Amino acid sequence: MQKLFEAVRQSQIWRSIFRHGYPDTPRNRTLAVLSNTFLHLHPVKVRRSGIRLSYTWCMGGLTFFLFLVETITGLLLMFYYHPTADKAYEDIWALREHVPLGIMREMHRWAAHLMVITVWLHMYRVFLTGSYKPPREFNWNVGVILLVLTLLLSFTGYLLPWDQLAVWAITVGSNMARATPFLGHEGPGASLLSFGGLNLVHAGDDARFGLLGGRFVGEGALLRFYVLHCVGLPLAAATLMAVHFYRVRKDGGISGPL
Amino acid sequence: MAEETDETKDQAPEGVDLVRSPLRGEVSRRGLLSMLSFGWIAFTAASAGLLGAMGRFMFPNVLFEPPQEFKAGFPEDFAQGVDERFKATYGCWIVREPKGFYCLSTVCTHLGCTPNWLPADEKFKCPCHGSGFLASGINIEGPAPRPLERYRIVLAGDGQILIDKNTKFQEEKGQWELDGAFLNYA
Repeated sequence: MQKLFEAVRQSQIWRSIFRHGYPDTPRNRTLAVLSNTFLHLHPVKVRRSGIRLSYTWCMGGLTFFLFLVETITGLLLMFYYHPTADKAYEDIWALREHVPLGIMREMHRWAAHLMVITVWLHMYRVFLTGSYKPPREFNWNVGVILLVLTLLLSFTGYLLPWDQLAVWAITVGSNMARATPFLGHEGPGASLLSFGGLNLVHAGDDARFGLLGGRFVGEGALLRFYVLHCVGLPLAAATLMAVHFYRVRKDGGISGPL
Repeated sequence: MAEETDETKDQAPEGVDLVRSPLRGEVSRRGLLSMLSFGWIAFTAASAGLLGAMGRFMFPNVLFEPPQEFKAGFPEDFAQGVDERFKATYGCWIVREPKGFYCLSTVCTHLGCTPNWLPADEKFKCPCHGSGFLASGINIEGPAPRPLERYRIVLAGDGQILIDKNTKFQEEKGQWELDGAFLNYA
């Protein structure tokens, strides 16, 4: 048995994957983190305070965990959901009534609500511990963009059930885009952008129109929100999360107590 | 240090092939820099053009929405009061008064939901946050900050009522007095 293990560990396959020995010395532990694609984003060494629950509340970690939950449950939901006005509501109904494990959509929904809460609490913790101060000010800004992306993910997902609540919530929400400076047809400065009495920015070409793909929340808006929800925003969030974690490492790990 | 000439520079160490640039002698050091900056400007312009094209891609040329202008039928087809025929399709109410017609937008001025016409109470009531409007469009209750908007209403050449949603009239700007906000018809 010992010989078999030894043979496996000496094989080219094993040695091509693991470039270091057992992580039983400080050097090998460092190598284990540095030579792993996923772990290298993480600091090699973590302060004792960094793993104390009363200091970090583990809110950043929980947010990342919930993002993974959303990715996996969301991917599964995509196998049953058509982003069309005819089918969207029926598919959501089917996901609850006759798709096995009908709790899958509820898990996606609950995790989404939880993720918004944990993001805010993470931000609150970072603020209370002064972790936004130099040299971490860049990472604070990355975090603010991630907060916005989380809220946008929540907002775009809200439309997908295609029920009355969804349509009117997005109608109300997207009406804010009318007031975008210069880019929204009811926003400040939009009336300045006119040419010979003809408005360049109107209801048929402003920021809200670009978001909805139409003048009201219709089939075009459903498809746009679906693509943003499933591809665009998660890709942006995942990329920025990699930057966020790597920056924690580069800025000296999780900040210590004040 | 020994003085270097072009001859000595070009002499490669033994066993090494000297790669000579094809542009050698034709482009000066300064010239190379300006060539590079020309390249960067071209690259930036091409990238900006592509980004612009991708932005334009998000704004379709053809919309499968009801047109913004439509003929609503002949004036004698309308009874006195609020007509709800065009609410679902075109998003407007055509109201007939003893003196004529006007056309109200169905978009609540609070946050953009669609109010309901309550014939018994003779008012529009929005289900989202409870805004109320008189048949004239004036806001009387709830959070709506201003009256419903009116669309342009005129008689077409064939005698039908023509609604133009591209032009709207807002009461708080005094626009209900303008031509097209009200169709005189006795």
